[in-house]
Amino acid sequence: MIDPKELKYTKDDEWVRFEGDEAYVGITDYAQSELGDLVFVNLPEVDDEVVAGEPFGDVESVKAVADVYSPVSGVVLEINEDILDDAALINNDPYGAWFIKVGSISACEDFMTADEYDEYRG
Amino acid sequence: MKLIFEKSIPGRGQDIFPACDVPVKLPEVPLREKKAHLPEISENEMGRHYTALAKRAHGVNDGFYPLGSCTMKHNPRINEKMAALPGFAKLHPLQPAHTVKGANELIGELEKFLCEITGMAGVTFQPAAGAHGEFTGLLLIKAYHTDRGDTERNEIIVPDAAHGTNPASATMAGYKTIVIKSNENGTVDIDDLKAHLGPKTAGLMLTNPNTVGLFDPNIMEITRLVHEAGGLCYYDGANLNAVIGIVRPADIGFDVIHMNLHKTFSTPHGGGGPGSGPCAYKDFLAPFAPGLVCKDGENYTRAEKSIGNMTGFYGNFLVMVKAYTYLLTIGKDVHTLAENAVLNANYMQEKLKDIYPVAFDTTCMHEFVIGLDPIYRKTHVSALDVAKALLDYGIHPPTIYFPLIVHEALMIEPTETETKETLDEAIEAFREIYDRIFNAPESVQMAPQTTPVLRLDDTKAAREPHLRYTFE
Repeated sequence: MIDPKELKYTKDDEWVRFEGDEAYVGITDYAQSELGDLVFVNLPEVDDEVVAGEPFGDVESVKAVADVYSPVSGVVLEINEDILDDAALINNDPYGAWFIKVGSISACEDFMTADEYDEYRG
Repeated sequence: MKLIFEKSIPGRGQDIFPACDVPVKLPEVPLREKKAHLPEISENEMGRHYTALAKRAHGVNDGFYPLGSCTMKHNPRINEKMAALPGFAKLHPLQPAHTVKGANELIGELEKFLCEITGMAGVTFQPAAGAHGEFTGLLLIKAYHTDRGDTERNEIIVPDAAHGTNPASATMAGYKTIVIKSNENGTVDIDDLKAHLGPKTAGLMLTNPNTVGLFDPNIMEITRLVHEAGGLCYYDGANLNAVIGIVRPADIGFDVIHMNLHKTFSTPHGGGGPGSGPCAYKDFLAPFAPGLVCKDGENYTRAEKSIGNMTGFYGNFLVMVKAYTYLLTIGKDVHTLAENAVLNANYMQEKLKDIYPVAFDTTCMHEFVIGLDPIYRKTHVSALDVAKALLDYGIHPPTIYFPLIVHEALMIEPTETETKETLDEAIEAFREIYDRIFNAPESVQMAPQTTPVLRLDDTKAAREPHLRYTFE
């Protein structure tokens, strides 16, 4: 799968899509393929604070549980209830299946472009 | 195979109890509204059902069981025999102390043995499992800091290679888990440790040897640094089998430790439990110990600032009887357990490392980790496939996909109770599977072929679990 050019990427394999002052966060195609079939997702609650570089949730596959790190600091405006019901959505469409939408963004991690990320995960 | 409920025929049953010939009047309150769904089946059919189930399972009595980090060693039969003695088996925890002097003496003696092995000052037997022991140990650490008025410490440092129970126990105890990196040798990265130590550090949880089977050569510096920062050091005794009788956790700077009697001390586990995860501590933690103990044969007392009860009564007593029997049987040769466990692991590693990439190519302790990733990238045969293929050789697979720092990990712990012949057979199986990975990869990806059930859809099982039998 090609990593979309309009997204930013972290070294922990999350992507972030900025829309105005808000950001959608998910995990990359590389992350989902490394984890394998996902069976369970834990997300924060709306209004929870997230901190750049710190875990805000986790994903569980038949192999392992992995933390999902927030690329930005801010407040959770919305969570994607669909992936709570069906974690397979993340495997099927990692760049569509966002995890959380964050507002009041106060800090960001260092991001990579799609090209830089492709090279990083070569 | 049919479930026991599907074999049930109404009216069929067992004549264990004769029909009641006196009037029965039960109080109303505890009566259930609906009759319980119990299978109705003859004793003969029931015996066959469970024997058939047992034949389809694989235990350490059936064959090699190198499940990494789980220490699936042989459980000597004499342990069971001692635990079945009526004087132990028929005790009631509410009996007056003077009627159970022997049992309390056994607990006291086992405590002495475990103190000698760990270098600690006291042991609580209340924890019923390893993770329960971890939780207990962390509550002792917490009680210690709180008692000193040192209440700002809310962080427990855990290496990224740790057993998953460590961060879970820290969270249960109300701590924030701080994960530190492993270095390129697979042991604690001292600089990363230093960077995370501070006034918020309540303690460090470490298993040594760690989960990649390596003894941390910097252990004295690690525990010193934690103590200098004001934290305590917790030893996860899951891997104690590698060092028992040779290294005492207290001597290398640890303050509190749990042991798994059901691993290192040969009591059954893996469905054969119950477990026991006694927690040993240095004397400055003794005032906080949980539970009631009988020191004088007459009275049960509680430590002055006890954290309370971790479970009812004194822990799983019959498991203690088995562990005590084991230690009496081994006697002063306890160090040979570790020596042979380490020897067996190194033997297998040496015989496999020319074809299978070992995660850290160095002398290992009681277990070693293969990182199948380079082979997986070439052939698409995964650690899971290799594990499944081993089933056709009558071998229980190693632990897979753990530790998380090794990709496509296969974690192999042979234990000391396997013979060279068994190890050689397993090595042969691994080598044959290696040939198949390259010559007939689909035969590995389709494995197993000879087991009662073939490859299961574990994704479907996790996504759509059916956990209960639904009655018509």
